[in-house]
Amino acid sequence: MNPLQKAAASILCAIFVSMVLATFLLPAPYARQFRDIPNAGPSTAHPLGTDALGRDSLSRLLYGTRVSLLLAPAAAFLSALIAALLGSIAGLLGGWFERIVLAATDLSLALPWLFLLLVVRAMLPLDVPPLVSVVIAFLMMGLLGWQASVRVICAAARGVRDSDFLLLARSSGCKPARLLLCQVAPNLRPLFYTQFFISIPLFILTEANLSILGLGVMEPMPSWGNLMRGFEDFSALSANPWRLVPLFLLVIVVMCFQLVLPSQEVSQ
Amino acid sequence: MIRRFAVLLMLTLALCWPAFLRAESAGQSGGELHFCLRGEPKTFNPLLVEEDASETIRYLTGGVLIRLNRQTQALESGLAVSWKISDEGRKISFRLRSGLHFSDGTSFTAEDVAYTIKALMDPQLHSPTGDSFRSGEGQVVVQTPSSDAVILTFPAPIAGLERLFDQVAILSAHSPKKEMAVLGPFYVADYNPGSYVLLRRNTNYWRKDKEGRPLPYLDSIRLDIQRNRDIELLRFRRGEIHLINALDADYFDRLQKESPAAAHDAGPGLDSEQLWFNQVYGAPLPENKKIWFRTTEFRKAISMAINRADLSRIVFGGHAHPAFGPVSPANHFWFNSSLPIPQYDSAGALRLLAQAGFRLEGRTLRDSSGNRVEFTVITNSGNKSREQMVAMIQQDLSQIGIKVNLVTLDFPSLIERITRTYDYEACLLGLVNTDLDPNSQMNVWLSSAENHQWNPKQSKPATAWEAELDRLMHAQSSATTDKKRKSDWDKVQQIVADQQPFIYLVNKDAMSAISPAVVGSSPSVLDPHAFWNADVLRLGPDPALGAQK
Repeated sequence: MNPLQKAAASILCAIFVSMVLATFLLPAPYARQFRDIPNAGPSTAHPLGTDALGRDSLSRLLYGTRVSLLLAPAAAFLSALIAALLGSIAGLLGGWFERIVLAATDLSLALPWLFLLLVVRAMLPLDVPPLVSVVIAFLMMGLLGWQASVRVICAAARGVRDSDFLLLARSSGCKPARLLLCQVAPNLRPLFYTQFFISIPLFILTEANLSILGLGVMEPMPSWGNLMRGFEDFSALSANPWRLVPLFLLVIVVMCFQLVLPSQEVSQ
Repeated sequence: MIRRFAVLLMLTLALCWPAFLRAESAGQSGGELHFCLRGEPKTFNPLLVEEDASETIRYLTGGVLIRLNRQTQALESGLAVSWKISDEGRKISFRLRSGLHFSDGTSFTAEDVAYTIKALMDPQLHSPTGDSFRSGEGQVVVQTPSSDAVILTFPAPIAGLERLFDQVAILSAHSPKKEMAVLGPFYVADYNPGSYVLLRRNTNYWRKDKEGRPLPYLDSIRLDIQRNRDIELLRFRRGEIHLINALDADYFDRLQKESPAAAHDAGPGLDSEQLWFNQVYGAPLPENKKIWFRTTEFRKAISMAINRADLSRIVFGGHAHPAFGPVSPANHFWFNSSLPIPQYDSAGALRLLAQAGFRLEGRTLRDSSGNRVEFTVITNSGNKSREQMVAMIQQDLSQIGIKVNLVTLDFPSLIERITRTYDYEACLLGLVNTDLDPNSQMNVWLSSAENHQWNPKQSKPATAWEAELDRLMHAQSSATTDKKRKSDWDKVQQIVADQQPFIYLVNKDAMSAISPAVVGSSPSVLDPHAFWNADVLRLGPDPALGAQK
């Protein structure tokens, strides 16, 4: 692990520790409103200032980190896993199975999923606890967000299908399941990781958009997504640049993941 | 030779003098006003108007018999010099201005008024404006005893009859241009779908200013079709448009920081934001919650525990005022000023709840059966201010041990729940009110009405106070004098304040943006806020924020 990777790992550890210990580190409960100081700048009492309702921004960021950093990667992992399974099997088998999977992917891409999500939200009981509602939203994202990755992984698996080492393994009598797990999967793993990391910020931002439609994280619970909803007011942002902290945190986390994980690949 | 030259010169001057006068007049007026429509106008037929963009065009182009002055809220003569209501509100007689012409030169007579009223009341046309005039079974009788007199007789009395004519733009009975021939200050000269509507000055417009100069001053108005409010504000800041008729609090604050002279807050408007509980008997809710919601003390306690001043100050940046009832203080005549102003009092709310059998255990409020008091408020998704209001209500009610959840739904799902399935506990929405007259709220206060949101479409009133509301609303609608109507409507407001079926939260201010280049503007709380006096607006030079070419 080079120094840069060590630094990235340390940052990630620090973020995860602060996320886990958020309850003890919070300057104030994330939902408490200090109504005399809405939209306040940074101070000793509120290091990142307050939001439009006077809630402590640092508390909301730390608690929002917990929501986003646990659920967005989980959704990204789920969608990448579905994509890896479908894409690699389709790429390896080829023929009618591949055509069916790719046609299903195209069809799935063409469907208006947003309306499905709206229908799901409309069908949910209104007294579902906010946390359960959030988990459902991320689960839906994970189950519905695999289509773009399938095509990429399928194309890579198609390349592996005709490779010499796979031909050698087949001729040695290697069974299909072993072929998939021991020969194909390690070769497709970097691609899987890439798809996984691409999906994390995508799901965080998707959650922000879904919040606007009433499908994401509801008030007063914070998440990176709904903290970033405030970015639509550019003039307020330029006047209060500290509000960009959730965005910086998102960029840092994604970069750190990108820096740390290739080292695992190399070490293997 | 010199004499002949002098005579020729004088003759030339005499011939050219009117032209000089016109040029001087045009120098004082002229210019093209620019602003945005927030949607495509669906019709240019003034009788079929039902959305904002078409309403703007109707207001600017239509000539009406009686005009409501948006500033004084008084009725003023328009195409009618005078009018008289008789036969207990069934009959109205107009004396018309004579010698007027439509924009295409066609003469204006009583026949045009008769033609317009017949078209308006034609059931085949389905005119939304005409619906206000349908008072009972039977035909409207239109008589034209002379070319400048019209008598309309309705089958049943109509409360506030003369006020309704502010919405009726008179059509020409004979013009080949049909509804494009108008009597208002401007006419539609060009329309490029998706892009703009160009209105030009109607040179046949009847009004003149105090000096006797013809109105309007403006040469034309260009209405750019722009749905995006951010772009609209950006264009205003660049000086590409001269006014924004309605601004949200966020946009207002942004603009006020940059250009204080351009941001106008006319004070509390007619629109309100309110919360209500589902009191429908057949609603799929737990029985204990139905009992809470039907308990007057519970509703009054919730109302008392909400800090409206904070809602106004924080969510709307001070550009809203606490609301107490169905009529905004902006409605000068119909507002019941004797209603007590409710104060934020969480201790008082707890006392009221205790009277109704609720008790506070630690930080949790429980009903007499020991159930935790918790409910979910639904509102439409994407509305930041409503989400913030609910977040503030969550904190306010947590002070008295009540847990409030928020669920935002897309609008069709929300409407489905509040009008068909009744599968909700409480709802926060706004009411856009454009009419001053209480008659426009019949569809809210009658227990049989569809918009009687807390318990709509009742076959008979569920409570004694709703029966009393029904009686008072019918009484005010059939009363012949405004004094009697006001008395009945005041009682309605009192009952609403006592029973809190709607918990009114705030009246939003009427805010607009008007470039300092626009001379003669006088923003009003009534719509259209910024251009209600479009015929006397003109453009002057302004180096800071002008949109002149």
